[in-house]
Amino acid sequence: MPGTTTAAHSTVTETPVITTTGLTKVYRSRGREVTALDGVDLHVREGEVYGVVGQSGAGKSTLIRCVNLLERPSSGTVTVAGQDLTALAGRGPRAGAELRKARSRIGMVFQHFNLLSSRTVQSNIELPLEILGISGKERSRKALELLDLVGLADKAKAYPAQLSGGQKQRVGIARALAGDPKVLLSDESTSALDPETTRSILQLLRDLNRQLGLTVLLITHEMEVVKTICDSAALMKGGRVVESGTVSELLATPGSELAAELFPVGGEPSGEDRTVVDITFHGEAATQPVISQLSRTYNVDISILGAAMDTVCGKQVGRMRIELPGRFEENVVPIGFLREQGLQVEVAPVKTPAPADELLKEGAK
Amino acid sequence: MTWSEMQPLLRDACLDTLFMVWWSTVYAIIGGLPLGILLVLTDRGALLQNVVVNKVIGAVVNLGRSLPFIILLVWLIPFSRFVVGTSIGPSAAVVALAVGAIPFFARLVETSVREVDHGLVEAVQSMGGGTWTVVRKVLLPQALPSIVAGLTTTVIALIGYSAMAGAVGGGGLGNLAISYGFQRHETGLMNITIVLLIVIVTAVQLAGDLVVRRLAGRGARQTASVGLRGLLPSARKAAPAKTPDPAVGEAAALTETR
Repeated sequence: MPGTTTAAHSTVTETPVITTTGLTKVYRSRGREVTALDGVDLHVREGEVYGVVGQSGAGKSTLIRCVNLLERPSSGTVTVAGQDLTALAGRGPRAGAELRKARSRIGMVFQHFNLLSSRTVQSNIELPLEILGISGKERSRKALELLDLVGLADKAKAYPAQLSGGQKQRVGIARALAGDPKVLLSDESTSALDPETTRSILQLLRDLNRQLGLTVLLITHEMEVVKTICDSAALMKGGRVVESGTVSELLATPGSELAAELFPVGGEPSGEDRTVVDITFHGEAATQPVISQLSRTYNVDISILGAAMDTVCGKQVGRMRIELPGRFEENVVPIGFLREQGLQVEVAPVKTPAPADELLKEGAK
Repeated sequence: MTWSEMQPLLRDACLDTLFMVWWSTVYAIIGGLPLGILLVLTDRGALLQNVVVNKVIGAVVNLGRSLPFIILLVWLIPFSRFVVGTSIGPSAAVVALAVGAIPFFARLVETSVREVDHGLVEAVQSMGGGTWTVVRKVLLPQALPSIVAGLTTTVIALIGYSAMAGAVGGGGLGNLAISYGFQRHETGLMNITIVLLIVIVTAVQLAGDLVVRRLAGRGARQTASVGLRGLLPSARKAAPAKTPDPAVGEAAALTETR
């Protein structure tokens, strides 16, 4: 609830807030069947920011729209805050009173903001409150409070057409928060914004997540978004979740595609008879100067071919690709040393194009 | 014919025309607005998807639209007698005009409502709004400028149709022009009626445009002073404010900041 909880840090608990099990969505048109979702199991914990990434057509948009049942799943269940929404859905495309009530407790933010151009900013924020049947005086008090929260207190009487993209999305967020939701769904909310505005909107979402204990499920095609604010992430491909977990869990998973996309390392060996090693830093080991320790202990010359280090949720994490002289057989001991330090070490196979590069290009599209 | 002879004729004809156009417009709104909205709502994939209802309403609307008005007027004589108790006079003409205008306006409303960004409908649904809320809070307010423009077109079409009302003794300016101007060679009277019709049509169009600009301007108004400049036809294009390109939005915001 805005204004009541003021925890300054992330409050992720183990309580699941959004759970989908075996979620399937099949579109039928003119005899053709398109499977948009193919058995998606998603577990979003209370108070976390959960990012679903994937290319366009991977089904992420269908997934988020299934969470508040804007899209009816063909099979499977959706549970939000302990309530089985699929059970409330009923038959036919019309939403019954119970489902509508449940929806009003789930905020949603859209890529194209979806503000009513015929209403002022304040009136746009009051719209969900009108639907909830809240009195005029209370509505305007709440709307002004929310505008203050998103930093647009002076724009109450402006029309959406007079605002910049970032300001419009702030209004969109304020509107989504009007019903005091526990869960916020963000459907590519920063995709129509420039990088700087994206950062400020993500910062706002992060702040709201921490201040209000709001659980945020966001979908995006931008790895940067996941890197900036997500506690957990899932990668979708062809209607399926192929990887999911907290960011550090993903980093700790050998061969994780998501980790490779989040921290892409490239670099080709400088010649024959070299061993290329990918090191993943996460947790304690990230603070140790392991590379210079390795160099000193074994008297080897190390070249850094590429590195992607970042601070994710306040922890130093990242990946580095280094090159050791000599074949793998000659480097068993130094590699063993790295493993002993608690680092995750992968010896890159020789002469293959780095998959990370390819993924990076796709991610940039 | 002298002016003093013409004056009562013109006055009565004007009043008859206004009577017929006014009441048929009222019925066009009462009948056409819900029909137009229903056409959108019952369409495939829409909120109240119902293929049967959609097809039936569509067929009725097409039937009304495909008959030439003069035929509709004559064909509806028994119906007029049933509804208003008489088959002649302005009241009888109103029945035919309304029956002709309802499907006409319904199609225009349908087009206007269809233009509303579906994202807005989804936004309201995501807030827990039902179909009625969507119609009341999104479809009608967002389509209003366009609906008013459609209404202007309908009123002008009705002024034209009302000229044929003479066929059932409906009176009005069109009837005056034909019965005196054409059949009795009173060219002067005919010219005056034509001028009057032009004045009425122009006045309706200007008033309609003004309202449309006012309504659409809510979303696009830059500063308070534009409110006055907006009255001049060439001052500003009153485009219904759709979600603009973010870059354009930024630029607008920059000019807005004084």
